Amino acid sequence: MKPMSKIVRTVAASIGWFVFVFGIYVIVHGHLTPGGGFQGGAVMATGVALLIVAYGGWSAEKCVRKERLPVFESAGLLTFILLAFGGAFLGVTFFFNFLANKGGLFGDTLPVGINPGIFNSAGVIPLMNMGVGMEVLAGISLILFAMFYGTKKVREGTCLADNEKKEEDA
Amino acid sequence: MKIGVKIAIVLLLFSFLLMGLGFMHQYGVPLKSSMDDYFIKHAQEETATNNVVTSIVFDYRGFDTLGEASVLFTAVLGVVMIFREAGKK
Amino acid sequence: MFYDLHYITIVFLIALGIYAVMFQHNLIKIAIGIDILESGANLLLIVLGYRNGGVAPIFTMAPQGKTMVLPTPQALTLTAIVIGLATTALMLSLIVMLYRHYGTLDTREIRRLKG
Repeated sequence: MKPMSKIVRTVAASIGWFVFVFGIYVIVHGHLTPGGGFQGGAVMATGVALLIVAYGGWSAEKCVRKERLPVFESAGLLTFILLAFGGAFLGVTFFFNFLANKGGLFGDTLPVGINPGIFNSAGVIPLMNMGVGMEVLAGISLILFAMFYGTKKVREGTCLADNEKKEEDA
Repeated sequence: MKIGVKIAIVLLLFSFLLMGLGFMHQYGVPLKSSMDDYFIKHAQEETATNNVVTSIVFDYRGFDTLGEASVLFTAVLGVVMIFREAGKK
Repeated sequence: MFYDLHYITIVFLIALGIYAVMFQHNLIKIAIGIDILESGANLLLIVLGYRNGGVAPIFTMAPQGKTMVLPTPQALTLTAIVIGLATTALMLSLIVMLYRHYGTLDTREIRRLKG
């Protein structure tokens, strides 16, 4: 795809980073407000889609560093699985919340009833949110890049390629 | 197929689905809610979260989330494998 | 017989999805029909868990003295939406591969051609 005009490129470069920061906020505050890992990962993937559409796929690939995305995705899923095994190693069941109500990393107790939230609470759940958020972001970005590569191959057999050839010759 | 046969089949399907609505409960009064009442009462003591939906997704029913993450991983694997040789310039 | 507006919307969505999958010939329209069917099923899951006059099941700054809706169907719908995304992505890439191989998107032609 060709990059779009200068107004679109300027606006996308200024606004795209706000979308990323909002996505990180939705992921990290998953245990206090509505949100969590899956929703925040989808919001951040929307930012990547904005960059692909405004700048063209080849420039966006260099900016987002596409070669490291599969490593990111596998690291997110491995974090989730290793945290799930943490309860099994301590002698209790699989998927046990071994950090809640203990005092330490993410270990404060909450007053029962309606309260403004405490960030340092909820045990294993914020760490699981971050792992799943990494996986969803990298996964949806890889799908978008793969579909962008597919448009080049489809074009070569249709009449769109002939029109582009006539424009280049003339 | 002629257009009359298509319209007849669609109307038959619609009437089957509407007939199935007769067995639903009244909107706004759920029938049995004992499991969800337990979740709302005890989620703040046992999991120390304010968000009851997140504690269900990641703590009380975390096994379903593990399956869902694997499904997403496999779908991305399939899509990248189809468009593999188109990515090399 | 409780003919509420919410239930009738769900029936309409599911019937539209099944009509699109059964009677259309273009592959992209069939994919859109499957997507509408998934949306109808997710809406049915959320409508089942509503209580009259309820608020969201979150304790941070909640209004006083109101009951909460059931939180379990909302957790199940989250999983269903992500699985719908995975299904749609795989369907669309398979349609691109079919177009590259046969040159047409009509199911009647593809059934006759056979490689």
